[in-house]
Amino acid sequence: MAVSTQEQTTTMNNVEAVRHTLYEAMKNDDRTVILGEDVGARGNVFLITKDFIEEFGAQRVIDTPIAEASIVGIAIGMAMEGLRPIAEIQFADFIYPAFNQIVGEAAKTRYRSNGEYTCPMVIRTPYGGGVRGALSHSISIEALFYHVPGLKIVAPAFPADIKGLLNAAIDDPDPVLFLEHKKTYRLIKGEVPTGHYTIPLGKANVVRPGTQLTVVSYGLYVHWALDAANALANEGYDVEVIDLRSIRPMDKTTILTSVEKTRKLLIIHEDNKFGGIGAEISAMVAEEALFSLDAPIRRHCAPDVPAMGYAEPLEHEYMSSPTKMADAMRELVRF
Amino acid sequence: MAKSAPPAREGLDKRGLTDEQLRAIFRNMLLQRALDNRGFQLNRQGKVPFALGSEGHEALQAGAAMAFSRGNDILAPYYRDLGLALGIGLSPYEILLSIFARAADHNGGRQFPNHYSSKRAGVMSFSSILAAHIPHAVGAAYAMKLRGEKNRAVLVTCGDGTTSEGEWHESMNFAAIHKLPVVMLVENNEWAISTPLDKQMGQPEIWKRAAGYGMPGVRFNGFDPIETYAVVKNALDRAHRGEGPSLIEGVCYRFLAHSTDDNDLTYRTKEEVTEHRKDDPVPGFERILTGAGVMTVADVEAMKKDVLRETNEATDHAAAMPYPVASDLYTHVYEGAYQPWL
Ligand SMILES: Cc1ncc(C[n+]2csc(CCOP(=O)(O)OP(=O)(O)O)c2C)c(N)n1
Ligand SMILES: [Mg+2]
Repeated sequence: MAVSTQEQTTTMNNVEAVRHTLYEAMKNDDRTVILGEDVGARGNVFLITKDFIEEFGAQRVIDTPIAEASIVGIAIGMAMEGLRPIAEIQFADFIYPAFNQIVGEAAKTRYRSNGEYTCPMVIRTPYGGGVRGALSHSISIEALFYHVPGLKIVAPAFPADIKGLLNAAIDDPDPVLFLEHKKTYRLIKGEVPTGHYTIPLGKANVVRPGTQLTVVSYGLYVHWALDAANALANEGYDVEVIDLRSIRPMDKTTILTSVEKTRKLLIIHEDNKFGGIGAEISAMVAEEALFSLDAPIRRHCAPDVPAMGYAEPLEHEYMSSPTKMADAMRELVRF
Repeated sequence: MAKSAPPAREGLDKRGLTDEQLRAIFRNMLLQRALDNRGFQLNRQGKVPFALGSEGHEALQAGAAMAFSRGNDILAPYYRDLGLALGIGLSPYEILLSIFARAADHNGGRQFPNHYSSKRAGVMSFSSILAAHIPHAVGAAYAMKLRGEKNRAVLVTCGDGTTSEGEWHESMNFAAIHKLPVVMLVENNEWAISTPLDKQMGQPEIWKRAAGYGMPGVRFNGFDPIETYAVVKNALDRAHRGEGPSLIEGVCYRFLAHSTDDNDLTYRTKEEVTEHRKDDPVPGFERILTGAGVMTVADVEAMKKDVLRETNEATDHAAAMPYPVASDLYTHVYEGAYQPWL
């Protein structure tokens, strides 16, 4: 991200960063339309598109019926016919009816037509737990989609990254699944450059340099991993934290450069371990940098259960925390 | 209302079609049949692994294609729409490229045959996933409406069985809410592979669902290309005028097995098929045109010869074209070169 020091910035939380970026996209390009449940009069359940309908009209800010397959399917048709749709799935847990349209259609439009038709669209959705969202308002969905060539997947953690990556997703000629961790919406604040900029999809960011251990994470857990790493610094351990930002494509160079330096790798994610993003990163590092490692690769992830529960102890047990992360880091650093 | 071959009649009601258009419709029907036969022949000869025919849909598709406004309308078809594809501007050569899975095929040999796609002709790309294309058609119609494009509409088609899918319902509902310029043409051939209509729906008249969505619904005889033309034209005109979507149901019959991979005698009788063959729309329309003096018997014979010549030439031309090469597997995943790891 090219942010010069003179550049003007505004403090925003994550929800404001999404809103600000969507607003600019609607203003700058008539082809942009937003469609989803309650995005119009209510302005989205998190108020991300509040007042958009007044400014841009109900034709471009579309309150759809409760029908996720067609929210995505109609967006695909719009994209094939020259619009730049931004479809919203109200909560990631409700994306399953649209699975066919995302995996079977959007991801394969370019490929199946040998490049004749394309599908430039963004599907935004809030995901993740720690908000007492219960079984069906807390899920992480990235692993269900990252297996699919033809899709791009982004999961930023910071407001400035949200703006740069959402702009890049909107400009992208292919379908992008844009995941917003809902617990970070109001929790995380930061400086956001006011001018237009993009951050290339597929570039990770070293958010804390360190020498003794590489931690790779994304979303809410990047923030907790930073808290844990800072706590460990007081114990004399020097941990590097990488924020993946993009899940597909993924930044191999940044991960390998870090692992070759620290010689130890811990992957942390909120999604459960089995078949998760960490499995792919582990395999890649084992294939490409096994002899740089001084310890086994470790994954600190959710337990292998269908979902976190609503009751506080169930959610607490499912979620990690800076303390649990610090324990996992300490163990591996000491290995 | 059953489908049946309309009787030969002197004072033919042409519903505004010129004699030249009537002959073009008939030629399209002959060409469909010739290309269908060609696909099955090539399959039996072991030259292609798969073929699928549209016999029984000729009149419906040739009539519908005549109502389509080339250069303005968009067609979102399904795999049984050979006659629509031909009728709006795809060539027999393009069809055969897809049958032979050649590199020059619109899909580069990636999809099954009959998965028509052509930006030039206004045919939207679709997959084999039933009903998945219907929301795409509705989205394209939304784009037309948003841009204020008058005199454009989307003609989307599917089979009777496909109307059971959730995406079909969601699409009708959305099209009605926004009064979109889209025409849903259902080609009811009574079968979905082996599943008959009465196992597909409790109320077998699909057009009646239109009332539930708040759009006009029409049922017509899909063995009559002139009636088909009139119904499709009316629905497209309505859409062009900004008056919203329609659901139109053409009743026809599937004479062949579902595809070369299906044996229809495991679920229906020869007698049933023979009974429907009496109303075969291709000889039926021939009788009408000759009866009404639009074509002479000699004209018909000359046309049949010409269609066979065109089919043979297209076959030879397409067969001589190269396959995609192995490295083509890797292109068009995304724009530009692609690696999952950067
Ligand atoms: C979502 C989906 N389910 C099942 C199939 C398998 N399939 C292919 S064609 C077909 C029958 C479709 O019948 P209908 O819609 O009546 O069209 P017809 O083939 O009769 O023209 C089925 C079940 C599929 N391609 N896609
Ligand atoms: Mg059928």
